[in-house]
Amino acid sequence: MLSVFMAVLRRDLLLAWRRRSDVLTALGFFLLVTSLFPLGVGPEPDQLAQIAGGVMWVAALLATLLSVSRLFESDEADGTLEQMLLSVEPLAVIVLAKVCAYWLLTGLPLVLIAPLIALQFSLTPDETLIVCASLLIGTPTLSLLGAIGASLTLGLRGGGALIALLVLPLYIPVLIFGAGAIDRWRAGLEVGSNLALLAACLLVALAVAPVASAAALRIAQD
Amino acid sequence: MSETQSSAARAPSSGFSLFYYASPQTFFPLAGKLLWPCWIAAALLTLAGLYIGFFVAPTDATQGDSYRIIFIHVPAAWMSMVVYLAMAFWCAVGLVFNTRLSFMMATALAPTGAIWAFVALWTGALWGKPTWGTYWVWDARLTSELILFFLYCGYMALQAAIDDPRRADRAGALIAIVGAVNVPIIYFSVKWWNTLHQGASVSLTAAPTMATTMLTGMLVMALAAWAYTIGAALVRVRAIMIERERSTDWVRKLVSNGDSKA
Amino acid sequence: MNWESASHFWAMGGYGFFVWTSYGVTAAVIAFELIALSRRMKRARAQVKRDVALDRIESEKRGRA
Repeated sequence: MLSVFMAVLRRDLLLAWRRRSDVLTALGFFLLVTSLFPLGVGPEPDQLAQIAGGVMWVAALLATLLSVSRLFESDEADGTLEQMLLSVEPLAVIVLAKVCAYWLLTGLPLVLIAPLIALQFSLTPDETLIVCASLLIGTPTLSLLGAIGASLTLGLRGGGALIALLVLPLYIPVLIFGAGAIDRWRAGLEVGSNLALLAACLLVALAVAPVASAAALRIAQD
Repeated sequence: MSETQSSAARAPSSGFSLFYYASPQTFFPLAGKLLWPCWIAAALLTLAGLYIGFFVAPTDATQGDSYRIIFIHVPAAWMSMVVYLAMAFWCAVGLVFNTRLSFMMATALAPTGAIWAFVALWTGALWGKPTWGTYWVWDARLTSELILFFLYCGYMALQAAIDDPRRADRAGALIAIVGAVNVPIIYFSVKWWNTLHQGASVSLTAAPTMATTMLTGMLVMALAAWAYTIGAALVRVRAIMIERERSTDWVRKLVSNGDSKA
Repeated sequence: MNWESASHFWAMGGYGFFVWTSYGVTAAVIAFELIALSRRMKRARAQVKRDVALDRIESEKRGRA
């Protein structure tokens, strides 16, 4: 099982390396959206620091949504998906590996670039750390839940808008706990509970999402 | 395929069997028989509820007569949640037992549930204006209701986007169940978020101070909403049965015999 | 009895707008659903009748040929 996991993970990373522009799309989107906010709401540092957490979280959420719909697309196009469905290995493990690769390519870069954006929003180093920590724990959940939407809408017309409608309600708890972490910090409350709740969401998503996504893939390809 | 399923279901073995009604062919006439009792109950209960609500229940000491909105607001909010749970239940039954009828029931319930969610939001806003001074607050309950409405929309949009009914059923079922698992998490996260951002925390619970006639009116209206929901879902499920099974013999016979108008 | 006159009833103690818009929109939405349902039922039945008629024509043609 582990060998399948590693094989799929390596394959997806390799494929992405050969088509680097795809990876950069989500990152560029994230950067662009977060840079637009100061232009929209004004450059006052206090105000920016206040909205920074929410803006970065919503941007991360939209960036995930934008790219996750293509999670299974190329596999379906070249027939790999059919092979995966026929494989004796558990499909959920394959899906989990794909989501891991996806997160490494789109989620992790967001977390790594977040300090730079925090700087633009004039956050203090402590606040930056909290935003990054919440993104680090929260974005894998976004990827996992996004995989359910991606497999349900695979090959459907209007897939992009549909996946937003399906997945965004599921993202709400993550958004609340994630963006809430920095708010609590700024209000002088402890943030450990937020991060713990984010981690709990991640564990639930880890348990449910690969299985649900695998089931959805079987439904889609039935 | 439908032949083997229906013949298996057609044999009403000793006593009453729920599975006897698990095929569209046997359920269709049953649904037709249940329809009129539902409509009559809905109409009578609505009249009784409105009478109690407007003429028996006294004016509220603090809210004045604006509180009379709760006679639709609360039942609608309850129904929107009950219908979602019922929908998820039928989806789960469908996925486990692979019965067409369960999926049809889930599909038939969704629009009515969405309507209740919409009504709950609309009346909530109109009740909020005189009570809180604003049409919308990011109160935990209102926010959750809004998200519930989105969940209904997602379910219906997904089903509408898929042409193959079998895939539509199953894909819809999956997202309905995932949504049902998420609803409590969403509710508690929103509630928690709400306590962090103080200000919107206006208590909606008027229950302890409520006169018994108010409560009675609300419960009667809730029963009316139940009856209406069941009636609407039964009509819709009958329409879905005809649409989906229109090439089968039983539907053709039924329609050309002009049996049981709906 | 709560109301002294019909105009008192419609005024709803000054909250008439809120109360009647709530009830009105609810009634409208439910009426809309009922109309939509009956139309859908009619359409479904008509579709089946059309199918049956088309099949009959087909089989008659085949019988003649």
